[in-house]
Amino acid sequence: MSVAEAVLASSLKTKLRVDHVSMVFKRGGKSTPVLEDINLEVKDGEFVCLLGPSGCGKTTLLNAMGGFLSPTSGEIRADAEIVHGPDPRRIFVFQERGVFPWLTVEGNIGFGLFKLPRAEKEKRIAYYIKMVGLEGFEKAYPPELSGGMKQRLEVARALAVNPDMLFLDEPFGALDSITRLVMRGELLRIWETERKTIIFVTHDIDEAVQLADRVVVMSARPATIRQIVNIDIPHPRDISSARYLELRDSIFKQIGLAQKK
Amino acid sequence: MRGITNIGVRLRPFALIAILLILWEIAARRQSAHLLPGPWGVVHGIADLAQHGLLVKYIVASLFRVTWGFLLAAILAIPLGLTIGWYRRAEMALNPILQVLRPISPLAWIPIAILWFGVGDLAAIFLIFLGSFLPLLLTAINAARSVPAVYVNAGRNFGLGPVRLVYQVFYPAVVPQLIVGLRITLGVAWLVVVAAEMIAVNSGLGFLIIDARNAGNRYDLVVAGMVIIGVIGLLLDMGMRSLEKVRSFRWGYSED
Repeated sequence: MSVAEAVLASSLKTKLRVDHVSMVFKRGGKSTPVLEDINLEVKDGEFVCLLGPSGCGKTTLLNAMGGFLSPTSGEIRADAEIVHGPDPRRIFVFQERGVFPWLTVEGNIGFGLFKLPRAEKEKRIAYYIKMVGLEGFEKAYPPELSGGMKQRLEVARALAVNPDMLFLDEPFGALDSITRLVMRGELLRIWETERKTIIFVTHDIDEAVQLADRVVVMSARPATIRQIVNIDIPHPRDISSARYLELRDSIFKQIGLAQKK
Repeated sequence: MRGITNIGVRLRPFALIAILLILWEIAARRQSAHLLPGPWGVVHGIADLAQHGLLVKYIVASLFRVTWGFLLAAILAIPLGLTIGWYRRAEMALNPILQVLRPISPLAWIPIAILWFGVGDLAAIFLIFLGSFLPLLLTAINAARSVPAVYVNAGRNFGLGPVRLVYQVFYPAVVPQLIVGLRITLGVAWLVVVAAEMIAVNSGLGFLIIDARNAGNRYDLVVAGMVIIGVIGLLLDMGMRSLEKVRSFRWGYSED
């Protein structure tokens, strides 16, 4: 096998597999189906967006992938192992709400590195502070940072433990539109250097088409997968190109918004 | 220029106090019946107490009781409250009992405290313990319940075991609320000690007030006792407040 073939084979390896997953929430004797027969395969190093209307269950699916919820039926496998709970190899990024306000920027990034020797830990903290552009804020506490900085801090904290996979739940939803655009660019830059598998939940069609290799379009609750759209435009993407608009419009149609636009 | 205005602003409360003291002195001198001693009389009273060695003795006695009653309550109530708050079911089971006990003033326990411990330090400490325990327990329960799930989930995600999860996520998340609870409760304990000393012991600032009245209507000493209680209460509160300024706690008090 040639080097090129080996690279190709490893890049096509299945990282995450969702197999006939359904989820039913029971509360007060009433059961609400949230997910219905979800099947999805995510390749190693792939960037996948889960796109759907608010409240459709995409966050529930992401929580199940992250091991915070167990599916009512079906199974989820990461690297062929069944997911039973959260794992440092797969880090969940909560908007910017997940940073610990009682720790400094350094303390937050070093949070997951408690098993490393001190020198190694400090080296990694410095590396990721630089990567997300928080130099000069090492000793700052999160309440002193802007929303975008907190978001970058949470991404840095996740990357510092060198996970294979990142789950991002509408990470830029609370940011203003300019910061959001900048953060998309930053995330792509980080993804291109680190080549993590990323699963990204959003309800923003443009965001999904700008970022993802594939967009998983989900229906309203109970969520099913309507369609998986391949975004075959190389990065950096020209958001006024014909292909971009074509793909975006086809997703608009899928969600049933074509007329309202 | 700005420095001078700043000093002026800072001096304003003291100027107000000085004016009030002068008015008080004038009013006290003009009255025919002795309804209230003037500030000068109170200063004499405090000097009198200091001369007899009672000032320090009574302050130490009161602080000693508050320290023990409050510390015992904190040591028991905080871990218990945090555990109860963590387990929703325990909280639901205990809540009715707590809600019935809560409106009972700790002073209502005075007869029982004397019955169990006699007249003395133990009875007073017991009363302060009772007065502090329930507010601290409720604070701890609420603090534990309001820890955001994202913090705990993030901790689990990074592979923390149960012990690390408690020390590195749960504990720092509840500390700011606990400090507020401790500060308010210390104020309550300081209120309770005065009342308890009026009945259950024969030393301390509360005893000073009741004794000065009973043994010779020394109202200058009554007011002297009140002033000392006020000043010490203020100092205790300032001490607790300084904890709220610690940088890693401050997030819990931000306005946004």
